[in-house]
Amino acid sequence: MDPTIILAAGVASGTVLLFAAVGEIFAERAGVINLGVEGMMLIGAVVAFGTAVATGNAWLGLVLGTLAGGLLAVLHAVITISFQAEQVVSGLALTFLGTGLARVLGEDLSKAGAIALLPTLTIPGLAAVPAIGPILFTDQSVLVYVGYIVVPMAWYWINRTRPGLHLRAVGESPTAADTLGVDVYRLRYAYVVVGGLFAGLAGATITLAISPGWFGDLTVNGQGWIAIAIVIFAQWGVGRAALGAYAFAAIQRLLIDIQGPEQLFGFPNPFYVNHTLTFFLGMVPYVLIIAVLVAVSGEAIRKRIGAPAALGISYVRGERGH
Amino acid sequence: MTLELVIPDPRLAVEMRGIVRRFPGVVANDGVDFDLRVGEVHALLGENGAGKSTLMNVLDGLYRPDAGEIMVGGQPVEFRSPRDAIAAGLGMVHQHFALVPTQTVTENVLIGLDRPRFRIDIGRYDDEVAELAARHGLGVDPRARIWQLSVGEQQRVEILKMLYRGARILILDEPTAVLAPQEAQDLFRTLRSMVADGTSVVFISHKLGEVAQIADRVTVMRRGKVTASGIPISETTTAGLARLMIGRDVVETIERTPFDTGPVVLSMRDVEAESDRGLPALRGISLEVRAGEILGVAGVAGNGQSELAQVLTGLRHCSRGSVTVNGVEVGNRTPRDAINEHVAHVPEDRTGVGSAPNLSIADNLIMKSYREAPVSRHWSIDTGAVRRFANRLRETYSIAAPSVETETRLLSGGNLQRLILAREIASEPRLMVAVQPTRGLDVGAIVTVHRLLLDQRQAGSATILISEDLDEILALADRVAVIYEGRLVGLFDAADADVAEIGLRMTGGMASRPPEPGDAPRIVP
Ligand SMILES: Nc1ncnc2c1ncn2[C@@H]1O[C@H](COP(=O)(O)OP(=O)(O)OP(=O)(O)O)[C@@H](O)[C@H]1O
Ligand SMILES: [Mg+2]
Repeated sequence: MDPTIILAAGVASGTVLLFAAVGEIFAERAGVINLGVEGMMLIGAVVAFGTAVATGNAWLGLVLGTLAGGLLAVLHAVITISFQAEQVVSGLALTFLGTGLARVLGEDLSKAGAIALLPTLTIPGLAAVPAIGPILFTDQSVLVYVGYIVVPMAWYWINRTRPGLHLRAVGESPTAADTLGVDVYRLRYAYVVVGGLFAGLAGATITLAISPGWFGDLTVNGQGWIAIAIVIFAQWGVGRAALGAYAFAAIQRLLIDIQGPEQLFGFPNPFYVNHTLTFFLGMVPYVLIIAVLVAVSGEAIRKRIGAPAALGISYVRGERGH
Repeated sequence: MTLELVIPDPRLAVEMRGIVRRFPGVVANDGVDFDLRVGEVHALLGENGAGKSTLMNVLDGLYRPDAGEIMVGGQPVEFRSPRDAIAAGLGMVHQHFALVPTQTVTENVLIGLDRPRFRIDIGRYDDEVAELAARHGLGVDPRARIWQLSVGEQQRVEILKMLYRGARILILDEPTAVLAPQEAQDLFRTLRSMVADGTSVVFISHKLGEVAQIADRVTVMRRGKVTASGIPISETTTAGLARLMIGRDVVETIERTPFDTGPVVLSMRDVEAESDRGLPALRGISLEVRAGEILGVAGVAGNGQSELAQVLTGLRHCSRGSVTVNGVEVGNRTPRDAINEHVAHVPEDRTGVGSAPNLSIADNLIMKSYREAPVSRHWSIDTGAVRRFANRLRETYSIAAPSVETETRLLSGGNLQRLILAREIASEPRLMVAVQPTRGLDVGAIVTVHRLLLDQRQAGSATILISEDLDEILALADRVAVIYEGRLVGLFDAADADVAEIGLRMTGGMASRPPEPGDAPRIVP
């Protein structure tokens, strides 16, 4: 129950949620809900791990795993943007497809032995900074550092650049964007695929860095859904999503660690004595998400942050009612 | 003659020949010719659904024509999207604004441009937009977000967007429909200065008075065809234009037979309510409306009119006070409670509140009566009865549509308003709440709506008419209440109302002086 260890572990496994959530933010900011994240993460995870096993090259696994997630997202884009099918239905179908496909592809992988993982790094200087050094900059996977860079870059992209301006316009008011010559369809395609690439990267992060190995669909174990919840919790903001991802993962770790010791603050540990109680512990993160969501939503409405106005709605030029 | 056709006329900014555009079930443009000269304001008139917006959307590249050709500056063009049109110097301000509400003014202006390449130095562009706005008298704060702006300001942003792109041809689709009279005059001043610079303007409007004021020439459309092409404004009369639009003479003779008002139907006491943004919107409103009387509520947009209507219809919570209809409290209850007291609502937002655009005309018509016979029996809806009910209303109120199964979003503005009125009147209202009932409607449709409201008065219903059009209020209302910043600042008998006095109070001119008993003969003390 060392806070440093819990927080460092939170940052490490929070990186998975962070990648998936940032990807989902890109897609949803463009106006497309992608509920296929879980499936795309599984595909990314299995392709990355399988490649690493077969070639011994974790970096190649990372690249192919990421691309595999993107490939599945292309399907989502075709279905929802070109054929204008219901986004929720397509996303759910892709989660089933991705899950099934990953299980088939991963059939022999659970027996695979240890593989070469992506390296971990300790940043000289920064690791020595009291308090945050041991948490953020000591012995973390290289992908955790990628996460640190992705967050400000994504924020900058969305809020301070011309492509980001167009991204927001397309998700908030496709009609306005279209009448000013922004190609709504092309941008939505692009960002759905970007979302898939990030989901694939998140999956690969699991199997190549954070909790290596292949355990069927338990490898991802619902983290795709949690990422989607984090996007809502973060009111579609990248910074808030990163905080949410790290905090969520840290709390999960805390709740596991809390079950270990026989004594807690000098009292007998109820979770150690009665195992059934730990199920309630498992609920805590989700209850917390709902509670925070309720707490922030009033403020969000006043400040007009929140779901992009055109989220989930197919755009048809010239159709009335947009 | 042939030679003239070959050599493009240099004075023409735009030339459209034989434009045809069909939609499922309608030919919106049926071989339309239209031309726009350099440096003129050309008004495009026509009743609701005549095809004006369609024609301009074709010109702007939003719709592809099924047939016909377009020349801009003498060159044949084929726009595949509005982007092509912008590149050719065309800019359109749509009837329904196309702005991103969560972004700032400057951000909205920059959407779709190639410059800046990547990083947006927003401060620099704020300055540029502010400078452009000042040059054309389009006062608006570049850093404000669109949702914080009034409609008038939003429209200035739309125009700024086009000016920033260097548009030489400006298409304005009903720009004044949502403007207060003063804002419309400001817009005209801007347009005149732009025209003096050589910009050409297409101006769509239903307000013939404004057209006479700003336009050089007029083209009139009717049912997808041109009925008068480019006649100089000096050769027209208001009555003549109306006849060309509607195909018959429109004379609005408002006969208001004096009517003995009955018992008090609506009574509001000291009502306070907040706006969506949590600011006080109604600050102690007390009034009464009697059976058989129309109370007009005059005011500049945004002074609490929308909130007033919402409080009366159960759509908004009031933080204080009471609202009773026929003695029954309806304030702070549900809309259903208001409906049960026969409160009818003709809302300002016709597509968001007044109708469900993706449902059929029949479904929209039964929205208030689906719980009762003959439309439903017990818990099942009788589709045969629905069709008979809907067809009866469609005929009585002449709603022009292929059938009652047509989706409501395909109706023109005038027909949608007829539908809403038909539904509300069919619910046998004791209190009618009508908000901006004729905004955006053509002269013919306006006459219809006015007649329907007066018929309701004659039938003994109490009516509260909220409108920014003072002429409309003075023509229809028995009494006029003026609303300013959520307070009633005057109550007049329409018969001896002083227009100047009302106008002054609408703008807060007398706000410092509380209404005196003399102003408000029947106001609740
Ligand atoms: N996108 C569309 N889909 C189907 N029908 C349409 C569409 N746009 C317009 N119409 C139909 O085409 C006709 C012309 O419509 P248009 O909007 O051009 O009229 P308008 O002259 O601008 O009327 P208003 O004064 O009410 O704005 C109408 O019958 C309308 O219902
Ligand atoms: Mg129109």
